[in-house]
Amino acid sequence: MKERVLKIISKSIDALNQEFENQITMDQGENTILFGEGGVLDSIGLVNLIAKVEEEIEDEFDDELIVVSERAVSQKKSPFKTIGRLADYIVTLMEEKNEK
Amino acid sequence: MKNEHVMLITGTRKGIGKYLVGHYLKKGFRVIGCSRGDSDCNLEGYEHVCLDVADENAVKKLFRHIRKTYGSLNILINNAGIASMNHTFLTPKNTVEKILNTNIIGSFLFCREAGKLMRNNSYARIINFVTVAVPMKLEGEAVYAASKAAVVTLTQILSKEFGHMNITVNAVGPTPIKTDLILSVPEQKLNDLINRQAIKRFAEFKDISNVTDFFINPESGFITGQVIYLGGV
Repeated sequence: MKERVLKIISKSIDALNQEFENQITMDQGENTILFGEGGVLDSIGLVNLIAKVEEEIEDEFDDELIVVSERAVSQKKSPFKTIGRLADYIVTLMEEKNEK
Repeated sequence: MKNEHVMLITGTRKGIGKYLVGHYLKKGFRVIGCSRGDSDCNLEGYEHVCLDVADENAVKKLFRHIRKTYGSLNILINNAGIASMNHTFLTPKNTVEKILNTNIIGSFLFCREAGKLMRNNSYARIINFVTVAVPMKLEGEAVYAASKAAVVTLTQILSKEFGHMNITVNAVGPTPIKTDLILSVPEQKLNDLINRQAIKRFAEFKDISNVTDFFINPESGFITGQVIYLGGV
């Protein structure tokens, strides 16, 4: 599942690159820093990415997912830090949702 | 005004929400409405969805449906609201929770999801409903007015958070209007309240749609973070 989620994140970043002047490069793969120190996204970029990722998940998995959660904003290791962490976090959210 | 713009109105089963559905269908909008119960509106161009506005998953599902069916959303009118007019000593916690859930959490969830859907639109409007009970500090309406004071602040802050996406966020604050919301309020109390207005009469539905029309107007794209109270309050 993580591979599908990584593709969704990559597709979402491609879409953002078409909308905004500031181009996000993903040459570090999963280690690309998204948000925080050295990150490629500012806060506006992050909220746009979250919104786009949620839409892509709806289309790909035919299900709704709310990517923000109390845990996401309180975790010491932010799930928005890198592409890999975001993918792991989304996979966890989806697995938890499917268990309910 | 002929248009194909898509509008979502909450709390459309009766009262102001039901009126606004008819008002905007006549203007050519595609209107999606929602409420806990079924609607008897079967007018062309209207779609009704049953949900609790404070149910996050149901709200998310509704916005996904709107994106899939209509492509986007241009206007959100957060009309759904509940009130309880009583002295604080006579207000149980359960009532407080219901009011906060519908009025604050419901408005927040719809604003959040609408913002996501509207973020790439060239034309996007959010209108929240507040009340004159906020500036008038009406005794007997502590929880209702407090919940709507929160919606005032929500409106003002979201206008800043959403401003860069060209989404305007404003609010209208009606005076008493003859709907179910004030059924339990004694007539003497309503008259006292109306006498504190600059213009001493009940609001009519068209007074409200006049303000929502203004906020929705494509030429109102520079009007945001504003609260317009009716009746000169």
